[in-house]
Amino acid sequence: MGSAKDIDESRRTFLKVAAVAGGGFAIGVMLPGAARFVGAAPAARPFEPNAWIRITPDNVVTLIADKSEMGQGVYTAIPMLIAEELDVDWPRVRIEQAVASPVYANPFLGAQATGGSTSVRSAYEPLRRAGAAARAMLIAAAADTWKAEAAALRTENGTVLGPEGRRATYGELAAKAATLPVPKDVALKDPSRFKLLGKPTRRRDTAAKSDGSAQFGIDVKVPGILTAVVARAPVVGATVESFDAAKALAVPGVKHVLPVQNGVAAGVAVIADSFWAAKKGRDALAIRWKGGNEALSTESMQKDMRALAASRQGALTARREGDVAAATPASTVEAVYEVPYLAHATMEPMNCVAWMKPEGVEIWAPTQAPGVNQFVVARMRNLEPERIKVHTTFLGGGFGRRFAQDFILEAVQLSAAAGAPVKVVYTREDDMRAYHYRPMSLCRFTGGLDANGNPVALAATVVCESLAVGTGAEAALIRKDGVDATSVEGLENLPYAIPNTAVEWIRYSPGVRTWFWRSVGNSQNAFFTESFIDELAHAAGKDPFEFRRALLAKHARHKKVLELAAEKAGWGATLPAGRARGIAVAESFGSFVAQVAEVSLENGRPRVHRVVCAADVGTTVNPDTIAAQMESGIVYGLSAALYGRITFQNGRVEQSNFHDYPVLRMNAMPAVEVHLVPSTEGPGGVGEPGTPPIAPAVCNALFALTGKRMRRLPIEI
Amino acid sequence: MTEFTVNGATVRIDAAPDTPLLWVLRDQLDLTGTKFGCGIAQCGACTVHVDGAATRACITPLSAVAGKAVRTIEAIGSTAVGKALQQAWSEIDVPQCGYCQSGQIMSAAALLERTKQPSDADIDQAMSGNICRCGTYNRIRAAIRRAAGIKRG
Repeated sequence: MGSAKDIDESRRTFLKVAAVAGGGFAIGVMLPGAARFVGAAPAARPFEPNAWIRITPDNVVTLIADKSEMGQGVYTAIPMLIAEELDVDWPRVRIEQAVASPVYANPFLGAQATGGSTSVRSAYEPLRRAGAAARAMLIAAAADTWKAEAAALRTENGTVLGPEGRRATYGELAAKAATLPVPKDVALKDPSRFKLLGKPTRRRDTAAKSDGSAQFGIDVKVPGILTAVVARAPVVGATVESFDAAKALAVPGVKHVLPVQNGVAAGVAVIADSFWAAKKGRDALAIRWKGGNEALSTESMQKDMRALAASRQGALTARREGDVAAATPASTVEAVYEVPYLAHATMEPMNCVAWMKPEGVEIWAPTQAPGVNQFVVARMRNLEPERIKVHTTFLGGGFGRRFAQDFILEAVQLSAAAGAPVKVVYTREDDMRAYHYRPMSLCRFTGGLDANGNPVALAATVVCESLAVGTGAEAALIRKDGVDATSVEGLENLPYAIPNTAVEWIRYSPGVRTWFWRSVGNSQNAFFTESFIDELAHAAGKDPFEFRRALLAKHARHKKVLELAAEKAGWGATLPAGRARGIAVAESFGSFVAQVAEVSLENGRPRVHRVVCAADVGTTVNPDTIAAQMESGIVYGLSAALYGRITFQNGRVEQSNFHDYPVLRMNAMPAVEVHLVPSTEGPGGVGEPGTPPIAPAVCNALFALTGKRMRRLPIEI
Repeated sequence: MTEFTVNGATVRIDAAPDTPLLWVLRDQLDLTGTKFGCGIAQCGACTVHVDGAATRACITPLSAVAGKAVRTIEAIGSTAVGKALQQAWSEIDVPQCGYCQSGQIMSAAALLERTKQPSDADIDQAMSGNICRCGTYNRIRAAIRRAAGIKRG
């Protein structure tokens, strides 16, 4: 895996080149078509049939990864799609991270961005076509050179082979191929001939991530760089009235103290020649804040939300089938479920390097949304988007948080004000208290069973903030019926055959910025729904697995994963005393996942011993990555179920770091087994669908063990 | 001026004595493989070896390493244990986002230097100070076992 190191080497060299050249946009920058732009000699012109492929005459094949690598493996999976059809020697392929460009706009998201588990779903066909088209051009170049029929030629690992033992490497053909037209229509391989896709493939970023050389945003350095640490409003909505910079400026190394506004919180930045000086300076600042909602508390919000759920004031109907009011159940079950705000707590705290230059802004960031960054910064600085150059580094975790703009906007403002490149670094406490939380949400259920224990009615009222408002994605996420799709996803698409259902949503806006959090609305709604279905199963006196299975006759993919998880977990087989199992199934992002959790109590706390996960993610690209993402989604959801809670008191966030916002550690890690359902369906999402089922699977197991229904997270026995 | 060695080379650092070793490594010595995660020794992303012991660089003041030998992720591959761990990390494809992995490998290396054949309980004990938000724990455990030549898992 030496090649990953090479890639990193070239990335660093590139950073230096760009910096030394003063960031001239065309210099050393391999934008699509850039080589033509800088006027390279025709003989040395690389073959760049599209924005994802560059083949140089020295026979180096470089594939461009245009999605953000935050752990989910796209840095490997995206190039695999191209390499499969291009037919190149995979271990020798170089991978380069794309510089932001509209050409990389994600069709699911409208801009170059990575989120919503869309990367492979959006790229699966287009990038295979990109590879196939380039291969066809290389064959055409060989055919032309050899005066042969293209149909008589074939390719093998980066070489075109022809009659009479003729052969030419892609590098030898690059210059000629570059002069040929890009074919409009190309045939794609039949999946039975795949050499890479669907086969477990080593990640290309592992070596660099095992020797310290992988470059994350926080590691970026450019000449003259300064570091900013920002004091942000401690109370929701407060602004800066005044500040005394004297003590901060007295700290050796501190250069500037400047006000800043990131769109979510006002702040005062201390800019210094090192992080430590900036942080000492920040801690020495005297700031007078004004305004803000000091009355806000988790308790007050809970009270408001419960009252709204009871009154149903302002309820919008998200889904209605049959007539819940007209149903005549033999028995009813009612329950209220609640989940708290959650922080993402990525391992790499938010950060960004921005350099305001005469010709534009250059940004290096661990960002999920370079295309959005371009647009938002252009608007803020009143520049054309193409003057905003965004380099995406590796991301030390994303989980949705790095779709936000706060850290980008601060860095750009501060670089402009300081007249130097500035790296904004959030401390862990800053990061924890920077809002962008998974919404606090409440769901009130009423379910009805007939005399045989079959569900005949289910009504759900969800109360939460509209996540979409303030994201810039309102148009895409808020539907014609006024419902924010994220508030009810994972609930309104209930797969179970229940003749009368009604799902409604009430928006509650306490003024706390909410945000996309791994699996978004599914994270809480699967907990609500799969817990309540379990309640109905028990009320009906039925086995929770069989109860679900009987209601999934029309949903084969749900049913299949449910059955597979149950089978592999040994559902129904006797467990040692003090252990119990729980099951849950959820569809999200085009994939279907069921999980069985096996739990016990240790010193009165839940202990999860084993999780069996069955997933149907459609056609697979890299099965090993899929297994890893399921493991990852489970751990992420488990941390939230067992410990996760952001609470407010006097308008202030109470948590600050990993001691009071605990996450799962090695000593609490369950055994995890992942079983993939073979599928020829189109690819589904992979990064998020592992998360939704785990909280209900664990809570249902705890109910089986203790008889106590867990209706609030984090779990308290 | 504080003098100590980093990865075998002697360095003399001019910084306030309370400056955490982490920021000396990252900002002054350009050794950015050691990561900032929490600043209060809760997450282990900043783990380095000081005279062979796994140490959280984020709470270790510069003054505390005077005259000592510091080793970071950049040089762990030059030890037999470090090399074996990196090899195992690669074979099992442990990292996801990768941000915590320098610290994970440094903690694992200190464990294997001390305990050639660690039990699961030894691994829990040595590794539970290192948080991974991507959830690579089971692969980390498997890679430590592989590097230690332990067959199962």
